[in-house]
Amino acid sequence: MADPTPSLSVRKLGKSYAAPVLAGVDLDFRAGEVLALVGENGAGKSTLAKIVTGLVPASSGSMQLDGTAYHPATRAEAERAGVRIVLQELSLIPTLTIAENLFLERLPHRWGAIRWSRLHEMARQAMARVGLDDVSPDALVAELGVGRQQMIEIARNLIDPCRVLVFDEPTAMLTVREVDRLFAQVRRLQAEGVAIVFVSHRLEELAAIADRVAVLRAGRLVASGPMADYPPDELVRLMAGRDVAPARTPGPTRAGTPMLRVKHLGRDRVVHDVSFEVGRGEILGIAGLVGAGRTELLRLIFGADRADAGEIELGEPLRARDVTSPKDAVAAGLALVTEDRKGEGLLLADSIAANVSLGNLARVSHRGFGLRTIDRPAEIALAEKHVTALGIRCSGADQPAGELSGGNQQKVVLARWLERDADVYLLDEPSRGVDPAARADIHRLVDDLARRGKAVVVVSSDLRELMELCDRIAVMSAGRLVETFARDTWTSDVILAAAFRRDSEGKGAA
Amino acid sequence: MIGFFGVCSHHFLSAATFTTIANQIPDLLVMSVGMTFVLLIGGIDLSVGSILAFAGSVIGVAALRWGWSPWAAAAAGLLASGAAGALTGLVCVLWRAPSFIVSLGMLEIARGLAYRLTDSRTAYIGDTFDWMGNPWALGIAPAFVVAVAIAALGQWILSRTVFGRHATAIGTNEEAVRLVGVDSRPYKVAIFAASGALAGLAALFQISRLEAADPNAGVGMELQVIAAAVIGGTSLMGGRASIVNTVLGALVIAVLEAGLAQVGASEPTKRIITGAVIVGAVVLDRYRVRRV
Repeated sequence: MADPTPSLSVRKLGKSYAAPVLAGVDLDFRAGEVLALVGENGAGKSTLAKIVTGLVPASSGSMQLDGTAYHPATRAEAERAGVRIVLQELSLIPTLTIAENLFLERLPHRWGAIRWSRLHEMARQAMARVGLDDVSPDALVAELGVGRQQMIEIARNLIDPCRVLVFDEPTAMLTVREVDRLFAQVRRLQAEGVAIVFVSHRLEELAAIADRVAVLRAGRLVASGPMADYPPDELVRLMAGRDVAPARTPGPTRAGTPMLRVKHLGRDRVVHDVSFEVGRGEILGIAGLVGAGRTELLRLIFGADRADAGEIELGEPLRARDVTSPKDAVAAGLALVTEDRKGEGLLLADSIAANVSLGNLARVSHRGFGLRTIDRPAEIALAEKHVTALGIRCSGADQPAGELSGGNQQKVVLARWLERDADVYLLDEPSRGVDPAARADIHRLVDDLARRGKAVVVVSSDLRELMELCDRIAVMSAGRLVETFARDTWTSDVILAAAFRRDSEGKGAA
Repeated sequence: MIGFFGVCSHHFLSAATFTTIANQIPDLLVMSVGMTFVLLIGGIDLSVGSILAFAGSVIGVAALRWGWSPWAAAAAGLLASGAAGALTGLVCVLWRAPSFIVSLGMLEIARGLAYRLTDSRTAYIGDTFDWMGNPWALGIAPAFVVAVAIAALGQWILSRTVFGRHATAIGTNEEAVRLVGVDSRPYKVAIFAASGALAGLAALFQISRLEAADPNAGVGMELQVIAAAVIGGTSLMGGRASIVNTVLGALVIAVLEAGLAQVGASEPTKRIITGAVIVGAVVLDRYRVRRV
């Protein structure tokens, strides 16, 4: 087959901040082709995507769009040329309606008054293009789930004709069903001759949608070719530049005496009557669709939200504990690593040391003049211990946490809780947005926790992760715990079926 | 800046000017220390000027009308101002109300209380507290020493203690602090109470200078205090502050005040220039932050 003419080609593209983040990259984006752009965090794939779409200027190299020189200075300029990006962070305005968001910069109006019927018509067409026909264009964006918001973000980029469309981690927040819907749209765009770029960590999904793959490592292109030639293991090896051992070999269930028992826990509409038990040395996975109440369940157990009903028993032997605040939870031996590590976990502007010691300051301080005084050298030493033990890649314990990659940020949060030495660890999406090598490190850490006799609960949208890591998997749907599978009884099919089951039944009943 | 005023006014670089500044600055300084902590946790306290007047009124009324000893009156003033600050903090914490609004309410309440207590008249207290403001040498009075000591204590608390670290973290990411099991509410109440009590201390300093408690004292003072903290690089978004820089900020305000008066600037001109300096300091700070 002859090579189709590239829509967009980049040559010797480079970008340097303090240090080079992208160097001498040659790559073609071809019309009607889906290109997967993969690499560890910090490998330069986001930078490449941002240069191509005008968000940041290149330091060196050249780009050509349909054979003519192309150097967008701004995102608007790139968009006029038909090169667009769907960013991971949503840029919608939650207090406006879907229709207003879609056409914000060009609301149809007559003498300044918005022509609502015209706007609705336009919005309905734009929404239909991404298969969003079950919500009204009048709905407020704030009322939609994250998945739907993402679809609207995509719809907004498809309003105008498009030559090249870049997706930055498009599926991170989507449910299985939404991913299917997105892929259907991608195939349609592909058929229309759009060049599509997928930046993602989800290798199995990329295998399903991409024609070609390009692997970046440390700012350089290390491999590119047909997707079919690169099995996931090979891609992971290429990205890391080394062999990455699987986190753990499946073994027999290791559950010891129970360490956490949840009885009939509930909170108005989000969690209903959930009961389960986790044993010493056991990893319990919680699967389910986005919005099934998994995050809410963890927050209830931890006292971050107030439960309306139910009890919690903790420790060895189990003892009823009244956990009404995170303070109570921590005192009772619980740890929670939240899914939103930037918003709820880290002090981004502060050093790794300050982040690790937050919550552990009692260990690195002594009494003085009525207030506890921090022992700075001890604090730095504590952070350095964890930086070494967890392989956190940084310039030193005084580097601000905000400068680290997602995987290293997650390790900093984990270090904080490892130091705390809790009995029960609640981990919400521990490897979201984390590159494969760091993900394997985190899995090893979780496994290690279990080996040291902790009880671990892991919430994840990544079924493969749960099936690798867990001893049992409980499935939540519409706020209820619908079924629990043991290692020898689960398959991804039965878990998915359970995740969807109560969802549709619930709708039928309501 | 000091050089500029030195050139423009023959009298500026004199012991008399230094004395004036050393005399005026303790009030501004102690209140700015309190405000820096309030801003550090992402709050703001608009009521400090009114609380100053309220505390002064309590001291005046207790000493004159109720015949309390000067020390008991001073203690009552500090306690009352601390309680007013604590009340602001409590309302913010219990109802999750923004401190901007709550302290705006306290601004009116405390001023009203000051008028009520004094029947809107200045209470002449006499020379009981004069020793506080009487300089030992070069304008260095006990009040000045106390203010510097409080600033030093503030810097130590901010940078060296668990309390300071938690306060900083609350201003940076309150939810993260909550989820590691630290209750942010006592910190907030304590810091607002301290801000109020320091305004009370400033009232005591003023009384020692003026020998009177004026219910009109401290009008607009909150703006000077916030300006001192902001010129010192304190972020209004919380999470970033330094008492040392706040002290410099307070110095800038005080030197401007004294210097502009000496070169004969009119009151309107003084205000225009002071305003421009505040804005300029913030703009400069933006450049500094971006570089880091």
